[in-house]
Amino acid sequence: MPHISIRNLKVSYGAHNVLKDITVDIPDGQITAIIGPSGCGKTTLLKSLNRLIELQEEVKVEGNVLIDGDNVYDPQADILSLRKKVGFLSQKPCPLPMSIYDNIAFGPRIHGVKGKQILEQIEELEKHCPNYEVCPANARNTAQTRKNGEMDLLVECYLRLAGLWDEVKDRLRMSASKLSVGQQQRLALARTLSVKPEVILADEPTSSLDPVSARLIEEQFQMLKQNYTIVLVTHTLRQARRIADHAIFLYLGEMIEQGPASKVLCAPCEAKTCAYISGEII
Amino acid sequence: MDRLLEERLFKTLMLSSLTMVVGSLFAVVAVVVLNGAPALTPSMLTQTPKGGYYLGKEGGILNAIIGSLYLAFGSVLLALLISIPAALSLQRDYIKKTKVAYSIRLSLDVLWGTPSIVYGAFGFTVMLYLGMRASLLGGIIVLTLLQIPIMIRAIDETVKLVPAELKETSYALGTTRFETTFKIVIIQVLPGIATAVLLAFGRSIGDAASILFTAGYTDNIPGSLLDPAASLPLAIFFQLGTPFPEVQQRAYASALVLLVIVLVVSVASRALGQRFSKHILR
Repeated sequence: MPHISIRNLKVSYGAHNVLKDITVDIPDGQITAIIGPSGCGKTTLLKSLNRLIELQEEVKVEGNVLIDGDNVYDPQADILSLRKKVGFLSQKPCPLPMSIYDNIAFGPRIHGVKGKQILEQIEELEKHCPNYEVCPANARNTAQTRKNGEMDLLVECYLRLAGLWDEVKDRLRMSASKLSVGQQQRLALARTLSVKPEVILADEPTSSLDPVSARLIEEQFQMLKQNYTIVLVTHTLRQARRIADHAIFLYLGEMIEQGPASKVLCAPCEAKTCAYISGEII
Repeated sequence: MDRLLEERLFKTLMLSSLTMVVGSLFAVVAVVVLNGAPALTPSMLTQTPKGGYYLGKEGGILNAIIGSLYLAFGSVLLALLISIPAALSLQRDYIKKTKVAYSIRLSLDVLWGTPSIVYGAFGFTVMLYLGMRASLLGGIIVLTLLQIPIMIRAIDETVKLVPAELKETSYALGTTRFETTFKIVIIQVLPGIATAVLLAFGRSIGDAASILFTAGYTDNIPGSLLDPAASLPLAIFFQLGTPFPEVQQRAYASALVLLVIVLVVSVASRALGQRFSKHILR
């Protein structure tokens, strides 16, 4: 059973129908790219998956989104654990108004993770990323001697995972808003991962970044997809071709085509998809 | 029209407005200082009025200084405790219907513009009904009522400026509305809270009409919340009302004390505001 199944999803803002009857499965452990012209409902579809869409005004959602078989729109559903499980990375990174350290520690703290649980979380993370040194032995040893050393270690591991540690290790108490936009986005990725999500939703995560930071984020996604299901909204076809395994093409709120990225992005069946990837509709 | 002429014309216009504002402020301060400074003796600040003080004999206005500080700080504290949650509850996160929030804001604006003597009369009526005497407590409560609309609206305006992306980022980590509001949004509105405190403090320490009947006036320093309390605005009023020039001079000296208190509180709250707002997003 796939992690995420979308069944007859309809979303409207007031009288405007943004998504018209979407039914699709999103494969596990892969990067799924949602592509389509501006205003076709890509972001709406993405935000429907962890109910962030409900923060918008006058929004109405019909249909089901099943995650691990549970309908997230069930009135009994636990929205807090849903959002913990399905992390979100926005287009423009938005640091929390606190230090770099606290930006990472905030999520685990509100979910009440401490002491031994933190060490278990770090072990799990190391298993997930065997080729990546997220927790060097010397960091672990020094952390053990300090008070609240576990949280320090957790912050270090996630910053290393996001490739940000070397740039910020000497200024963890500095305001996160002082970082560059590219660094802020990697911080946002680390913060999203720090609450142990299983799915990562990313809404054009590289669109406001410089090419180098964008490449770093793409590399992170390539590495993370082994353990996380990644859904990516992107405007650039080249990015989709570079990193996506699966692709969904939306046009005016309807799903026109979906399938393996190699097929949808290079040899599509539908005329509209052809027109989009050849640049005729933007 | 010649654009350079336009530029010059408006520069002159702006500068003359500014000169008028600063000039009239300066004139007020100058009158107070010139008239008040000679009468401002150490005994004015350290003694309560002795018999015949209002005829030009010995004594000071310590009763009014202490009374005003009790009244102002007591009411600011009480008003803050009520206004912060009230202002935060006006967010769309809590009140979904924008019309309801709109009407609440409108009524607060009307209350803001209500003359303070109306608050005084209201407070006096309630106190008569409850069989209370004019007291420090009565004054604090009426001043609190006077400040609440100012504080709520001042804080509310900064809450409205909190970026939607910030709340979205916070909710995406699986936070409750309470955690988002009281751990994230509130950090971002701290400068707004400092401004609100300043506005409300200024209004409450300078107001005479609302406390005339509710706090009363006395030559003693209040020993409990149920004792009547003197205040600087009323001390100024009573002293200016005497036919003796030396007592009228003391009124100016009292006004000078009031100005200095407002200045000190303004500088202090600004400094505190900056200290606590180092992490906020700009």
